[in-house]
Amino acid sequence: MSAQVVSRDGFAALLERLIADGYRVVGPTVADAAVIYDDITGLQDLPMGWTDEQEAGRYRLRRNDSPALFAFTVGPNGAKHRLFPARQPVWRAVRDGSGFTVDEPTEDDKRMAFVGVRSCDLAAMHIQDRVFDGRAFSGEHSGDRGYVARRENALIITVTCGTASGTCFCASMETGPRPFGGYDLNLTEILDGGRHDFVIEVGSERGAALLASIQSREANAKDLAAIADIAAKTTAAMGRRVEIRGLKEILADNPDLLHWKVIAGRCLGCGNCTMVCPTCFCSTIEDTTDLDGDHAERWRLWDSCFNPDHSYIHGGAIRRETHARYRQWLTHKFSTWHDQFGVSGCVGCGRCITWCPVGIDITEEIRAIRAIVQENADD
Amino acid sequence: MTESRRYRPKLAVWKFSSCDGCQLSLLSCEDDLLAINDAVEIAYFLEATRARSDGPYDLSLVEGSITTPEEERRIRDVRDQSRFLVTIGACATAGGIQALRNFGDSEEYKRAVYAHPEYIETLQRSTPISHAVPVDFELRGCPVNKHQILELINATLNGRKSNIPTHSECMECKRRGTVCVMVARGMPCLGPVTQAGCGGLCPATHRGCYGCFGPCVDPNTAALANQFAGLGLSPRQVRHAFHGFNAWAEPFRTEGDAHD
Repeated sequence: MSAQVVSRDGFAALLERLIADGYRVVGPTVADAAVIYDDITGLQDLPMGWTDEQEAGRYRLRRNDSPALFAFTVGPNGAKHRLFPARQPVWRAVRDGSGFTVDEPTEDDKRMAFVGVRSCDLAAMHIQDRVFDGRAFSGEHSGDRGYVARRENALIITVTCGTASGTCFCASMETGPRPFGGYDLNLTEILDGGRHDFVIEVGSERGAALLASIQSREANAKDLAAIADIAAKTTAAMGRRVEIRGLKEILADNPDLLHWKVIAGRCLGCGNCTMVCPTCFCSTIEDTTDLDGDHAERWRLWDSCFNPDHSYIHGGAIRRETHARYRQWLTHKFSTWHDQFGVSGCVGCGRCITWCPVGIDITEEIRAIRAIVQENADD
Repeated sequence: MTESRRYRPKLAVWKFSSCDGCQLSLLSCEDDLLAINDAVEIAYFLEATRARSDGPYDLSLVEGSITTPEEERRIRDVRDQSRFLVTIGACATAGGIQALRNFGDSEEYKRAVYAHPEYIETLQRSTPISHAVPVDFELRGCPVNKHQILELINATLNGRKSNIPTHSECMECKRRGTVCVMVARGMPCLGPVTQAGCGGLCPATHRGCYGCFGPCVDPNTAALANQFAGLGLSPRQVRHAFHGFNAWAEPFRTEGDAHD
């Protein structure tokens, strides 16, 4: 589809347009010593003058002198917490004579517009779509109605990453740093001399209609080349990589490596990696009652395969030790996810590396496992 | 009230060595306290009322640790009169902050603190209720979370399993959207080895977790202590981090002991 160029003011007008159109706009903003994705009310809420440094187990927000609005990389959250909320009512029931009546909670029907979605998070959204819309299981939209409605109504404005963090590895997972499709609009921020423009690629009719409502000019060959240049520079600056060739089989074939226990020596089993992962989708169900038992509620909460209770069935938990839980998580991401959903479960956002309190690095662990397996094969 | 519940189970709340904060958490239930009073007979709760009725009791909530020979005798009496005995808080569950004396010489402390130490009859150690009598359930926290107390009473009355998680505090921070203080601010935080339950209070106000709810299931305290050292904590500071309100809980006790 086509591409247009808008000024910084034009982009501000675009955000105003979204709010005027009744969207709840979710975008990057500085809070709690990080760039997080939350409700924003306009350009002024964006993290201008901020960037971040990320390494294993370490995130620091830093000031910079740039007027750039998107000079940071992914923070602790993205779109997942809005499309798949951490706590959700499933139903409520009220005692009614000798029976009971069940109410389904009403959804907040305000459409959401996600602004500044990174390529890795866009890929993650498409992965969660396969999980939640039910197609992976039944071939039709039989899944989570709330998720499907939120997702279908959501407008997605992505941004080409102009910077990479120390823990980014989307290039090797083939999900970024430039989004290719699956968005309504894709922004690329151009700062050159005094120029501050956005090249906006159109990915849908809805995106085209929105863009038509603000002042823009058609992008020329030079503008389009700038997108590719920025993406290439970001790719070159990427701090980490994962070699995916043969990885599915390596992990599936080596559940008994001593190295799983070596990792478990460092792993806290706290579940942070799964909570920040944009594709992790596990949940648990909590039933509550009031004191006299006349009202009951069922809630869905984010859960983690690192919680022993997550695999609890009659007689006890299946994965009782940390090494078994870590192995389950890593193997699911890079191996059995392919069997289950036909794609990798990892998009290379690097969050699990940055937000692991002890800095366990999946790219390092995968490299170590690959080397051990290779060495064993050579013996 | 439904007609089917004619019998109001008897609830008793007992105090041993403690600050009364957990009993106050129960009183903080306010409006819900009225609902509790509808659902159960509050048969013994001196913090709330002088009125008392004799046992046996259907549910006994026990606050405080065992620190005197008299308490050792009294807890056996409470156990004998109680169908379910649930400990509430870090003292009753792990020995409490007063268990710090377990790491030193109680006799020496007694002489240093009291003008007439001969009047003080105390045990060498402050120990959890479970060391003296069998316990049906332990509710963590310093103090306990009032929602968890309500949930426990509620589940007991409705004959269902209570929703009291055993996983790490990190889960609560992430569910509520708190940015990790350890990763983003370099603050030591016991959250990854501490059981959830407080709702993630401290990290939400930009402080590390103090471990009020004690060790979570399978805590890897050694790995966390190692990370604390990386953040610049001295061995003494690492020891103090683990030897807090739940110092006598085994994983925290052992980890603290390993740093000096």
